[in-house]
Formats: sequence, C-alpha cells, structure tokens
Amino acid sequence: MLQKIKNEIVESQIFKSVFRHGYPDNDLDRAYAIFSSVFLHIHPVKVRRSALRMRYTFCLGGITLFLFIILAVTGIWLMFYYTPYTGLAYRNIKDLQFVIFGGNLMRDLHRFAAHGMVLFVWLHMTRVFLTGAYKAPREFNWVVGVVLLVNTLVLSWTGYLLPWDQLAYWAVTVGAKMASYTPLIGQNGPWGPQLGFLPTNDIMFMLLGGTVVGQNALIRFYVLHCVVLPLVVTVFLAVHFWRIRKDGFSGPL
Amino acid sequence: MDEKVTREIFPRDSRKSYGLVELMKKTAPIVKKEPEDTVYVWPNLLMIEIICAILVTVGLMVLIQFEHAPLRSLADPSTTPNPMRAPWYFLGLQELLVYFDPWYAGVVLPGMIIVGLMLFPYLDVNPKGVGYYTYSERKFAVFNYSFGFAIWWITIIIGTYLRGLDWQWYWPWSNHLEHMNPALVTLVPLHLIFVNWFHVSEGVGKLFGDIIFIGYFALGTIIPMIVWKPMYKAMGLWRYLTFSFFFLSMMGVALKIVLRLLFNIKYVLVTPWINI
Ligand code: HEM
Repeated sequence: MLQKIKNEIVESQIFKSVFRHGYPDNDLDRAYAIFSSVFLHIHPVKVRRSALRMRYTFCLGGITLFLFIILAVTGIWLMFYYTPYTGLAYRNIKDLQFVIFGGNLMRDLHRFAAHGMVLFVWLHMTRVFLTGAYKAPREFNWVVGVVLLVNTLVLSWTGYLLPWDQLAYWAVTVGAKMASYTPLIGQNGPWGPQLGFLPTNDIMFMLLGGTVVGQNALIRFYVLHCVVLPLVVTVFLAVHFWRIRKDGFSGPL
Repeated sequence: MDEKVTREIFPRDSRKSYGLVELMKKTAPIVKKEPEDTVYVWPNLLMIEIICAILVTVGLMVLIQFEHAPLRSLADPSTTPNPMRAPWYFLGLQELLVYFDPWYAGVVLPGMIIVGLMLFPYLDVNPKGVGYYTYSERKFAVFNYSFGFAIWWITIIIGTYLRGLDWQWYWPWSNHLEHMNPALVTLVPLHLIFVNWFHVSEGVGKLFGDIIFIGYFALGTIIPMIVWKPMYKAMGLWRYLTFSFFFLSMMGVALKIVLRLLFNIKYVLVTPWINI
C-alpha cells in the first residue's frame, strides 16, 4: 500500500519535473539526488568513510553555517517589524517583546544564534588549526576563513546597535571611538590631526555619518547589518565551500 | 605517477582543448583506493547534517527558555553607564585598553591579529600533521595558536568578571557598588623608574626604554636565528623575519600585561608621537 503510494508519487509527472530522478534508494539515484540539486550539489556524491568521523570536524563548520541560516531566517522575520529610526527602533523592539506574536521567540533565537555563531566560528577555526587543515594546498581557504571570522564579528557588532537601548548605544559608542584613534586617518590617532583629520572628516565620522552615534549611524549600521555584510558573508561562504571541494577535504586517509 | 613526471608527459597547453578529466596527484583521495573506502553522501552525510541541525535547534530552544535577549532602557546620550562594556567578544580588546594606548589596543593590534592569522599558513613550513590531531609533530605551531587564543579568552574573562566601576579590578567578592580609590595605583612610565634608580636625566631614561624596546625585538629575532639554525634555514629570511615580528609582538602583549599588573609600568617606549 505505502509502496504503491510512493511509486505513484515518484513516477508522477510533477515529481519527475522537479527531481528528474527516482527515490534515492539505489546508488544511481543517490548520486543523482546530490548532483542534480542546486542545494545538495555542494557535496560530493561520495565521501571517504573516515571523513564522516564526528571526532574529526565535530561538525563545527556545519553548525556555524546552520546558525548563519537561522540568523538569516529570523533576521528577515524581524525586519518586518523594525524601523531604523531613532524615534521608533526601541519601541519596535518593545513591541516584539510584549505585543507581537512570536516576537520574543524570534528575537531570542536571533540573539543567541548570533552569540553561537561567534563562538562556533572560533571553535571551527581551532579545529582547522589543530588538524593542520590550513596547510598547502588549503592556505587560501584559511585566508577566506579569516575574512569570514572578521565579518561574523562585525555583523554581530552592527546588529548590537539596532535595539537602540543603553547597551546598544554605549557599546557602539566605545567601539566607534576606537576608530577615531586610527593612526594617520583618525582625529585622535598618531599623526591624524597633523594630516588634517578633524572630528568632521576622519574615519570615525565616515563610520557614523556624524560626530556622535545618531540617526545617520543607525541607518548605516542597519544597511550594513541587514544587507551588505550578509551578502559579503554569503559570497565568501560560496568561495569557502567551492575551495573545500576543489582542494579536497583534509580528513584522515 | 609523480606530479612532475605527469606535467612532463602531458604539458599544460592553452592551445589544446581539455575535457573534464583532471590529472590527479597520486595522493588524491579516490586514486588507488578500494571502492569500499567511500560511502554515498545520501544518506550517510546528509543524515549527520540533519541530526546536527536538529541538535542545534533543540539546544537553542532550551537555552531561550532560561535566558532572554536583553533590552535596557532607551538610549540616552547624557547618561553614561559605568562600567561601559563592549559586547563580550570584544571585551578582550577592551581589556587591552588598560595596557596600551587606544591607537594600539583598538586599531593596530586587532589589525595585526587579522593579518597574522591570515599569514599563518604561509609562515608555517612544517608539512607534517595535516588531517589529524597531533601535538608532538608540530609543537611550536600549536603553542603559538594556543598562546594567542589563551590571551584572547583570558582577557575576555577578566573583562567580563573582574572589571567593575571605572574599569577597575574587582574580585567577585568585592563590593561592586563602591568606587575604588584610583590613587591607590600610580602608573609610571618605565623611564621615570630609571631616572629614580640611576639618577639620570629624563632623556637618558627614555633612551634606556627605547633600547630595551628595540633590543627586545632585535635580540628576539637574532638569537633564535643562531640557536635554532635548522628552523631558520627551513623558513628563509623573509618568512622568518615576518614570523618573528608577529611572534615577538604577541609575546610583547603578554609581557606588557605582566609589567602593568605587577609593576604598574605604563609605557616602555616613550616618543613624542607614540608611547607603547
Ligand atoms: C562563517 C563562518 C564559517 C563557516 C560557515 C564555515 C564552514 C565550513 C564548513 C561547513 C567546512 C567543512 C568541514 C567542517 O565542517 O569542519 C569548512 C572547512 C574549512 N574551514 Fe570553514 N567556515 C567558516 C569560517 C572559517 C574560518 C574562520 C576559518 C579559518 C580561519 C575556516 C577555515 C576552513 C578550512 C581551511 C576548511 C577546510 C578544512 C579541511 O579540509 O579539513 N573557516 N568550513
């Protein structure tokens, strides 16, 4: 009976038009299932048995990726309720907390997945280091990884401002102040003033769109957090995975 | 077949057209392997990935039953919280502000950490230890990574649990509501200590400081060159110099933390433009 229903589905025109292969219960269809799917073809069709050993990767890269996906989904959900305007942002978050159905859930998920991603990206890097997986021919993928690490941190930091509460405001104020100490191009940095950099034209001004954290800073951080940085991470992730396929996985032979 | 031999027999030529067949090095995964060595990704790997994803989801769900995303009062530019804390993952850098001027702790050092991390694969010439966990075959590399990682996490822990009002040192059992008397700790630049000890002028004291600073980098570079000749030979001059610079800078951070916490030294290098 079940077998019959399954066959009906798998043989139907709709199923065939979408998947173009049978149910993956034999080796040929298992291969097709991977390489005819845009989502799965990131994998090879077959992997060495030893590469599956949990005690090698501890799944850390995969967990980081999964957290990134959770962040994208919950983040887009939050965007429906959030206005990057200093007069509204805080109230929007309060609404998420007390009024909107599922608001707390999504906000908590987004926040803790972000913490988790920062944590797991470090753990993943440590695993890659300890297994020597950064050595030739994978040096460049390590560099790509460092770019991802930095982007992950900056993503977290730009998101920190958006609730527009005391925590957000001052954490970003401390951070942005650091930029003003940049040598050569910051108003407070060594040789900054000598080169003509003032509070109104230095690197911190560029970052905040003003001399203090205000409306311009909020909109900048919002666009960086919701559009620019996620795109950058996605592009570098594509390179990251492409390189793992091309350079081969380092796992035990 | 050896990679070089392969290239001699089949030289790469842009005028030829190539199919999808790639010439593999002999260590490529599937070459000369029993077919039993590999398994299908569907379902073997996909199942692991799905289980991981479910575990992470469950973990998050459990976590948010106990802990909620914080929301303080509305942003207010006129009331500065004390202490003012960065997000936890930047607390290490914030803690370093105690030991260095902001241009160094907040800008140059993070930049050096990023560049240093990126360069690491190009500086590590030891070919051993790819694809398995080992300490004995690459002690020095593991030491370097662990040392940097340890500073990062220890400063985060200090910044999170041991700092209180005015970013002063508070033990968990100290009274976190009472301001520490900042006069209890006087920070001195190293050169003033020389002035006191040896009764020299300030200028000469600064010179001592400069000599110590430059000497640290110079000797730190030259001595290992002589003592560990094979390592130096294997790395070559430029690689070695780059590595040495980053290595000594990292060690310098640890040294400066010790100097500051135990001896209240503010600066070692004092110049009209920058102090370290
Ligand atoms: C957004 C952050 C990142 C994501 C989502 C990610 C994802 C992954 C995944 C899924 C793998 C497959 C193996 C595994 O799970 O361990 C991998 C491998 C790898 N990652 Fe990452 N990664 C990230 C950041 C980094 C960082 C920060 C580094 C190093 C600085 C790095 C270096 C590498 C290298 C060299 C490999 C190849 C490992 C091997 O062949 O054994 N990645 N990454």
